[in-house]
Amino acid sequence: MNIIDRRLNPQGKSLANRQRFLRRAKEQVVKAVRDASGKRGIQDIENGEKVTIAAGGVREPSFHRASQGGVRDYVVPGNKEYVEGDTIQRPDGGGGGRGSEGSADGEGEDEFRFVLSRDEFLDIFLEDLELPDLVKQKVKQSESHSLTRAGYSVSGSPANLNLVRTMRNSLSRRIALKRPKRDEILELEAMLREAEEAGEDAEQIQALREQLEHIVLRSRRIPFIDPIDVRYNRFESVPKPIAQAVMFCLMDVSGSMTEHMKDLAKRFFMLLYLFLRRRYRAVDIVFIRHTHEAKEVDEETFFYSTETGGTVVSTALEEMQKVVQERYPDNEWNIYAAQASDGDNMSSDNAKSATLLRDVILPMCQYFAYIEVAAEHNMGLSALGRETELWRTYKQVQSPERPLAMRRVRSRREIFPVFRELFAREKAGA
Amino acid sequence: MTAVITRPDALLYDGVEWDYDKIKRVYDAVEHIALKEMGLDVYPNQIEVITAEQMLDAYSSIGMPLMYKHWSFGKHFARDEMMYRKGYRGLAYEIVINSSPCISYIMEENTMTMQTLVIAHAAFGHNHFFKNNQLFQQWTDAQGILDYLEFAKTYIAHCEERYGYAAVERVLDAAHALMSQGVHKYPKKRSDLRTEQRRERERQEYQDQTFNDLWRTVPKPAAGQRPAKSVSERKKLLGLPEENILYFLEKKAPRLEHWQRELLRIVRHISQYFYPQKQTKVMNEGCATYTHYQIMSRLHETGQISEGAFLEFLHSHTSVVFQPEFDDKRFSGLNPYAIGFAMMQDIARIAEKPTDEDRQWFPDLAGRGDGMAAVREAWANFRDESFILQYLSPHLMRKLKLFSVRDDAEDPYLLVDHIHNERGYRDIRKKLARQYDLGYLEPDIQIVDVDLAGDRKLILQHRVTNGVLLDESDAKAVLRHIANLWGYEVQLIEVSAISEAILKEHAVTAPSGIGVG
Repeated sequence: MNIIDRRLNPQGKSLANRQRFLRRAKEQVVKAVRDASGKRGIQDIENGEKVTIAAGGVREPSFHRASQGGVRDYVVPGNKEYVEGDTIQRPDGGGGGRGSEGSADGEGEDEFRFVLSRDEFLDIFLEDLELPDLVKQKVKQSESHSLTRAGYSVSGSPANLNLVRTMRNSLSRRIALKRPKRDEILELEAMLREAEEAGEDAEQIQALREQLEHIVLRSRRIPFIDPIDVRYNRFESVPKPIAQAVMFCLMDVSGSMTEHMKDLAKRFFMLLYLFLRRRYRAVDIVFIRHTHEAKEVDEETFFYSTETGGTVVSTALEEMQKVVQERYPDNEWNIYAAQASDGDNMSSDNAKSATLLRDVILPMCQYFAYIEVAAEHNMGLSALGRETELWRTYKQVQSPERPLAMRRVRSRREIFPVFRELFAREKAGA
Repeated sequence: MTAVITRPDALLYDGVEWDYDKIKRVYDAVEHIALKEMGLDVYPNQIEVITAEQMLDAYSSIGMPLMYKHWSFGKHFARDEMMYRKGYRGLAYEIVINSSPCISYIMEENTMTMQTLVIAHAAFGHNHFFKNNQLFQQWTDAQGILDYLEFAKTYIAHCEERYGYAAVERVLDAAHALMSQGVHKYPKKRSDLRTEQRRERERQEYQDQTFNDLWRTVPKPAAGQRPAKSVSERKKLLGLPEENILYFLEKKAPRLEHWQRELLRIVRHISQYFYPQKQTKVMNEGCATYTHYQIMSRLHETGQISEGAFLEFLHSHTSVVFQPEFDDKRFSGLNPYAIGFAMMQDIARIAEKPTDEDRQWFPDLAGRGDGMAAVREAWANFRDESFILQYLSPHLMRKLKLFSVRDDAEDPYLLVDHIHNERGYRDIRKKLARQYDLGYLEPDIQIVDVDLAGDRKLILQHRVTNGVLLDESDAKAVLRHIANLWGYEVQLIEVSAISEAILKEHAVTAPSGIGVG
């Protein structure tokens, strides 16, 4: 008997099958994921999701008999009261069709449920999105280093020992220096023994003995592996430019923002956050929230702590300008900003905000997205085109050459489409 | 009962934790009982410890340790995983593979008692059955299967690289749909999977060597010049009727490429390998359950396992052989473990302590003594259908209170036509045996005609028994698959087996530009 411990074998043997399955069911899965994302809470957007898809595309058909019609016999256990010839009421759903082909397609339309992992969910969720214009930025140079194999070296750590190269050197050296082979020594020893046993003349034995001594000595002098044979894999660190970006998240948390609006804004930033963290490794995120004054906060506070006060948008822009000057010089960083607000602003502040945006913020930004969140039930009014103060202000600033995008969001359902619209990867050739 | 004195030093293990020494000790003790006392004959054993995750993996690739890649396995994995994670369903305690050496998987989560049970059940019970049942001897090649799967896996991966996922997937999808129609039900030639691999290489080499582009330019005789053959002559040349649809397509489909044929062949071989297992569910599980029950009882009698361990064993044993009655919520058909185990016990009982009734029903078996030998004989020579027909006793039918029900779609009521009484025994036995007869369970579908010189329409026939037609949407989908492989129109006719009247026709037109990669 053999016991083998397979627990340490590579896991996820069926991963490839799973990928094939997901590819097969791609369309349905994408649809299911989009539907699901409308329903889920912020915190569990990152968790895996149970997805239900129509079994149609992943059906495995086979020839089998229909579940209804014809004559069938069953043998079942547990008879308590029946005697031969008894009749039983047909159980519900069993043979209701009475020989008709009632549910010929019933079998095929079944739903198939399974769970997507977190990564799979996000992959599908954020597919085709990209930060706009990231590569176009002229000045940006953050260097990272990566190790690349580059030939061999005579020194290094034992882990990098290149066995093949080392043995090759050793072999060629042994050949060049004519190191006696083990077989030769053995052969000579055997000859010597034979000669001694046969009692051949002393001179010959002596000659053999000397010869043996000589080659043994020689094989000792020429080692099997010499330090000069040893070679190590050499690695060179190669500078690698990476595009670095910073994303500013600005949010109005003043009293005029209702819970619903905050929820919408949070969702938008949450998407943004997931998206950035996923697509780009080197992305800094700065969270700035504002009421009548603005503050840079950490992520936790940004999303989950509440604050009340008036609304002065320009404070947030000023704060952003300050942070940029301190930490993210715009000749080194790609700067992106997204602002969420309900559109309220102190009337006296509008002009200042517009100027700030036009003259300071936009010139240093690659992209500035403004999301206006509105109350859900307010649909009728807003739909008629009643524009908010801030919307009008920003609208003046907007022009084709300025990287400013504006969208309105009213309900949770719209968040994702708007997000996709803003960050959709530009189609090649489009 | 003889007094059993449990000496602590005789215990093979104590507590629930397992380790390799314990497993080794238990294995030796179990082996001693199985081989010396029960007279079992097994392939060498290989026991592999795996995690729950790996068990799920093994599930989804139909229990085999290596398998080619296909989305359907991923689908099964996704479903099994969800069922498991959500707690709807537990995992099997073991998986055993009909190979030599016989591989049994045991899960790391199992307690030591469960490991003991699994070793007795799989490594000796199933193993003995695989090695000795005539169906397995005749149909499967335990030595070659793992090598063949390895070959299949690399071959298919190679095809994917060369011809693309989509093309390979299309052929495999079609082949999977026809898996049940891909077995030879009557042995023609003993196939050895190792020579299969070699032959595939040789075929390829021969083709490569003899390839000559000039043949393409040789003018073909015009279609009209060849003498029209008679229908019977034509059928004979093609070996029709043929029930192994995969085999026919592999050999005769005009538009398939070499590799596509080879894929069909691989799926066909795997299907053939599993064919005996489908026919011996009751016996196989009965054999394994009976074996583990005997072994565990013996270990307990001889004081090698503790009372606590034995109770734990009895708990899982009884839940395995539990048979809910038909009106129970948990009822989902007959439990093969329950019937199999009950029948094995019954055979041993009849052989050793028969009643008058048994003597009348089983004159050869009753009172012949050695129950174990009688059971071994049954294991070797039968499959489920013939086993039940031969051995199901009135005693057991009464115990299970079996009765048979006729469901005629024309009638508003179900009819109880036989119960467990003197008049019903033989009929119930016959009907139950039929429930396990694959030849009866699976629809009888054959390729009956094709005119290769004409429109090449492939005609299949389903001989309908008891008026039960095929599931229409699935049948259509499978026909579409057949048409993809065949390359021309395919028609399926459902005819009554009694009157030969045509009940229904399905047809699928020729695919456009599919079939040749």
